[in-house]
Amino acid sequence: MSGHISPKSTYYAVFGALMVGTALTVAAAFVDFPFQMNFPIAMAIAVTKATLVILFFMHVKYGSKLTKLIVGTAFFFLGILLTLTFSDYLSRGWFTAPGGSTSPGSILSLTGPPAAGRPELQGGQGEGQNTSPK
Amino acid sequence: MWLFLVTEVMFFGGMLAAYMLYRIWYPVAWADGSNELNIVMGGVNTAVLIFSSLTMAMAVRSAQTGRRNATMIFLVLTMLLGLTFLVIKFFEYKEKFELNHVPGPNFRFEGPEAPHVQIFFSVYFALTGVHALHMVIGFTLLSVILWMTYKNRFSPEWYTPIELAGLYWHFVDIVWIFLFPLLYLVDRSHHIV
Repeated sequence: MSGHISPKSTYYAVFGALMVGTALTVAAAFVDFPFQMNFPIAMAIAVTKATLVILFFMHVKYGSKLTKLIVGTAFFFLGILLTLTFSDYLSRGWFTAPGGSTSPGSILSLTGPPAAGRPELQGGQGEGQNTSPK
Repeated sequence: MWLFLVTEVMFFGGMLAAYMLYRIWYPVAWADGSNELNIVMGGVNTAVLIFSSLTMAMAVRSAQTGRRNATMIFLVLTMLLGLTFLVIKFFEYKEKFELNHVPGPNFRFEGPEAPHVQIFFSVYFALTGVHALHMVIGFTLLSVILWMTYKNRFSPEWYTPIELAGLYWHFVDIVWIFLFPLLYLVDRSHHIV
């Protein structure tokens, strides 16, 4: 097994990019992006970082077609797992929610109600659950 | 090795699906729980792991170029960084136990979302626990590789075990790259006091 030998500079550059990505994702988490974009942005950064690691640290860029196929398969099936699961769960409230698909209870969100909506929650239905469980 | 890593992707993928589902059901609890996590420790650990991936890649490269001493130094560095990660993780877990944030009879959390925050912490411990287990396995693999390098088992023509241990190590790094934003960075922008 005598694979491709990457120059050291490649590894240093990838390392630098990964560190920048980490700093970016932390910084982005403290910014309130509109349209609930925080989650997609965080995931985009993570996917980019993972791709860098796979291509350069794990040498897939210089690997055989078989290796690439297998790596692709992994993420293809991961995609099936997540897509099918969430196309089901996310669409469940669309047609069955009382009041139709635009009623507040049927809108699913990744980040929850904004800060303004939180006090209402605290005074409402959650009462009594916050005491310590037995 | 790659085939094994495919099964690992699905293993963590299943748990991430569970994570996503509960996050969609209890977004407020997810934000509350996430904001309890120590972002400094998590961030430092991310950097430590990325750095260990660099030293691992350099160890493989040294093996490719037949520099045995450099290989061993990089392997030891990688293991030390892995150990650093686990030590920091240990202190994070310790903090959770002291704050009663560990799911179970002694779980304590203020607020209406407490029962759901407990689910968040269950998912947190499941994901980070399994990840830490992978780190321990990776550490064990690297000690074997280090021993084999010491015994002159490898050459630029044959260094497959180092390469494969490296693949495993990088994979564990990738898992953490996803776990860090998913667990530590949920809805931080609404919680700045």
